[in-house]
Amino acid sequence: MIPWPASARLWWVLAGIPLVFLGLFFLWPAGTVIVRGLFGEDGLGRGDLAGAIAVLSSERTLRAIGTTVVLALGGTAGSLALGIPAAWALSRYEWRGRRAVRALVTVPFVLPTIVVAAAFSALFSASGLLGFLGLDQSMAAIILALVFFNVSVVVRIVGGAWESLSPRLNDAARTLGASPARAFARVTLPALKPAIASSAAVVMLFCSTSFALVLVLGGSRIRTVETEIYVQVNQFLNLRAAAVLALVQVVFVGIALWVSARARSPRPPASVETMRRPGGRERLAVAAALAPTLVLLVLPALALIERSLRVVGGYGLDHYAALFGEPPLRSTLSAPVWEAMVTSLLTAAAATAIAGVVGIVTAQLVARRSRRASWLESLVMLPLGVSAVVVGLGVLLTLNRSVLGVDLRGSWWLVPIAQAVVALPLMVRALLPAARAIDPRLRAAAATLGASPWRVLWRVDAPLLRSAAGASVAFAFAIAMGEFGATAFVARPDVPTLPTAIARLLSRPGIENVGMAFAASVLLAAVTAAVMLASERLRTTVGAEI
Amino acid sequence: MRMTRTAATTAAFASLTLALAACSQATEPGASSTAETADATASAPAEAPLGGTVRLVTHDSFYVPDEALAAFEAETGLDVELVQPGDAGTLVNQLVLTKDAPLGDAVYGIDNTFASRAIDGGVLAPYASAAPAASDAAAYAIPGAEDLLTAVDFSDVCLNYDLAAFPDGAPTLDQLTDASHAGQVSVTNPATSSPGLAFMLATKAAMGDSWLDWWEAMRANDLRVTASWSDSYFTDFSAPNYGGDYPVVLSYASSPPSEVIDGEPTTAAMLDTCFRQVEYAGVLEGAENPAGAQAVVDWLLSDDFQVTLPESMYVYPVSTAVELPAEWVEFAPLADAPFTLDAAEIDANRDAWIAEWTAAVLD
Amino acid sequence: MSGLRVDDARVTYPGTPPVEAVRGVSFDVGPGEIVALLGPSGCGKSSLLSAVVGVTPLAGGTVAWDGEDLARVPVHRRGFGLVFQDGQLFPHLTVAANVAFGLEMAGVPRASREARVAELLAMVGLEELGGRAVTELSGGQRQRVALARSLAPRPRLLALDEPLSSLDADLRGRLAVDVRDLLRATGTTGLVVTHDPAEADVMADRVLRMEDGLLV
Repeated sequence: MIPWPASARLWWVLAGIPLVFLGLFFLWPAGTVIVRGLFGEDGLGRGDLAGAIAVLSSERTLRAIGTTVVLALGGTAGSLALGIPAAWALSRYEWRGRRAVRALVTVPFVLPTIVVAAAFSALFSASGLLGFLGLDQSMAAIILALVFFNVSVVVRIVGGAWESLSPRLNDAARTLGASPARAFARVTLPALKPAIASSAAVVMLFCSTSFALVLVLGGSRIRTVETEIYVQVNQFLNLRAAAVLALVQVVFVGIALWVSARARSPRPPASVETMRRPGGRERLAVAAALAPTLVLLVLPALALIERSLRVVGGYGLDHYAALFGEPPLRSTLSAPVWEAMVTSLLTAAAATAIAGVVGIVTAQLVARRSRRASWLESLVMLPLGVSAVVVGLGVLLTLNRSVLGVDLRGSWWLVPIAQAVVALPLMVRALLPAARAIDPRLRAAAATLGASPWRVLWRVDAPLLRSAAGASVAFAFAIAMGEFGATAFVARPDVPTLPTAIARLLSRPGIENVGMAFAASVLLAAVTAAVMLASERLRTTVGAEI
Repeated sequence: MRMTRTAATTAAFASLTLALAACSQATEPGASSTAETADATASAPAEAPLGGTVRLVTHDSFYVPDEALAAFEAETGLDVELVQPGDAGTLVNQLVLTKDAPLGDAVYGIDNTFASRAIDGGVLAPYASAAPAASDAAAYAIPGAEDLLTAVDFSDVCLNYDLAAFPDGAPTLDQLTDASHAGQVSVTNPATSSPGLAFMLATKAAMGDSWLDWWEAMRANDLRVTASWSDSYFTDFSAPNYGGDYPVVLSYASSPPSEVIDGEPTTAAMLDTCFRQVEYAGVLEGAENPAGAQAVVDWLLSDDFQVTLPESMYVYPVSTAVELPAEWVEFAPLADAPFTLDAAEIDANRDAWIAEWTAAVLD
Repeated sequence: MSGLRVDDARVTYPGTPPVEAVRGVSFDVGPGEIVALLGPSGCGKSSLLSAVVGVTPLAGGTVAWDGEDLARVPVHRRGFGLVFQDGQLFPHLTVAANVAFGLEMAGVPRASREARVAELLAMVGLEELGGRAVTELSGGQRQRVALARSLAPRPRLLALDEPLSSLDADLRGRLAVDVRDLLRATGTTGLVVTHDPAEADVMADRVLRMEDGLLV
């Protein structure tokens, strides 16, 4: 079939959209830091290859890399172990409350890390609910928190694939004499492999770049590549080490993408009706499959809510009231928290629009596999795996002057742009399976009926991508709402977003401040849950990924 | 921006007047450089052609009440834009890295633990403020950099303790290594937190060469180390407001007033464990609006700004002319003899000390 | 020279070594004539058909209509219809909207569009099903809709790629007759690809046999 777009020239013209966007707001800034760190002559990274190798082979670096690998593998394995059974329960059976649970499972993914880390920290402290485990400041505690954050990625990606997998394949294997376990291992699992690998790659990237979580829960004892970059840049002013470590992160991205690409297989035939109500024993199985995930999600959530209700000498709703009133005397916010909420909603909407346009174009270009397509796909995934510290510093080094006559310094637009860069990889990941599922012969059919390439895109591709786009747009919106790392660098202090307001509240003593920070986090979680719940209604089985 | 319409009109008018006034004196706008220290000092803000935007680079804890900033903007016709790249250490490092295209015009929040890096990095332009509080500020000046950095405020980083846990008064640093205080202390990592760095320097200043012995003893006594101030204070502190497990945590001498319940204090600072942190302001080399930057430094020393410091930033003003809030007088006394170290000595050894500390306490 | 003229057509798929699916085929189809390309699977007949319609690029040779070389005419301007083996109905559109698609592309006004859709649905015996979703149709119904959809914009040539092979034997026999009658009734020039000699005989005026990328 003739590809879309029909000519290589048109492909490159359209690829200009993601290339210019990422080039300006990601590659140029991050590249500047790396190049300056490796080859700079300003006495900071007096770089030569030997210096870079020295950094790379130092014990400190090797240990950080080792720790990062262990945490990433542990977090990924844990997310898969909990997420796959949960995906099964949520995608194979129809039961009351299923959609609500699916939406709730996604909430942790967008919660501000500092607050969740504080909640986990309280859980694991000596007098905490889980204090008896003795996991305070341990690798295990960090891995549990990583699973808390990322299990939703597995549930959404694997669950989406499972929904579109015909249960009859499994039935066929059973009639051929396979036990349920064998049927799962030989038929279902191979069919789910691409989705599992794709989710594992995304989770691995998130785990390897999680920053505040490792710092807070590890009590700064546990050092990963990401925390090392932070310390090297912000404490030791050692740009060379930071650059070398940033390159290590790029290698990580490469490995994750390679793993996920290796597992690709043709999509199994989709079925229309796959869900049914669970019977007697199946109900138990569904409950058992969901229980570990729900326990893991609920415990820190309860800790979060408990802290938001704690007031001097007891419990009350004072902090929630404070969110909507004038800031209390000791707070250092210049505006009520609800204003930060409005700012967050507006910037997230703008970020979603940017990520949506760039993401839909990119997904279309990448849908048909070719060398240039996989190149573009990798490029779009990079922001997932590269330190926000490096990008943030790069933005200061590059965009801190007017570029081509446009001066973005202090511009409101930098916030949604930064959030869009972060949301874009997931947007594309979410749209891609749906874009790939469109039979190219449908486009050919439209062309033989007289539709020009543009009308094919508009009349055939767009409507078929709509439900996948709806779901991924909601996800991008939620990510933008919760984004902190990149936002913190560019947010205007006088117009904070909800996460930056929370961080500010946590920087001053007083129960009012910490209480409001937790109440604001609960509010953020509630809004996110509402957005995800609404997006559930947009979903259909077509392209149900993420 | 922050300016209201009225303020903008006033500002426009003010800057017009100032511009006209400036015409008569052939001062070249923006002609401030290292070579012209005297000129820069001479051109007091009232005569300089003020106006336009001035970008104040500061750390992410900076906060000033809206009214105070608006009043300054209305008075000078300047439009103040804040740039907040991170905490105090991050701030200095990023100023050094962006020297070729400065992040702004003025800086506030460089402290004595990082001051030498900023001075040696050449990011500062000379300016000696003639504001009334300048003589108070001079007491905190860094030798050799008197005209580069102007002290604005100071604070004492000290261990804080839960009064209920120590009815007989606070233990000393030495007593904390005693087994009876095992598992009672939570501090922050000097590599990731500026109070952590300050407290590490306090122990160095207090104990000299044997400082690491103290830390090793503390480590053996189940010392808890966290990444940031909020982890130690909000999560670990056993004060009634937080209910954590540690009765001694690292914070500031100014923290106790926030923990007063029904007029009674519940925490106090251990005043013989304090490191005095001084925060400075200055004009950035290569500023687009040097006159505006100088006006900002003058404003930071003005009583209008100084008086907001305790309530909004939990630090003590350098100006002796402003009055401290009543609860500070009562519950936030300063250390009589805080520890301190020479800025140059700190800068020469900071990274090595952090490495030694990490080896002794964490690895 | 009127009608379709295919001269030394070649289709090559990239690979190492490249696969030569069609290795130089020439034939004519006169106006109103129905020609069948018959051959075993893998003989290149579907590739040849795709190249004629323009959805697969030619590696060599020419395709011309009424003497005009179509090399530079994109698919959507050729006026050639194509019926796929499995219909390829637009899943997001109703039966009627599928049939109306080509008319819409041609800018036919709504009123005459509706009339033409009704006419075609009646012709394929599905006048009751215009409002249905295409996912609710049986295999035979889908192929009828696909046929109606392709005929609606009155193509100069209708290409049919194994249009009946996904149906059961009984239905196939009846539909083959229906397809021939429809093409005749509308005076449409037809090019049918099939592996079934009986089907070819029923539908076509003339049968060309293909083997290993060449006409035999």
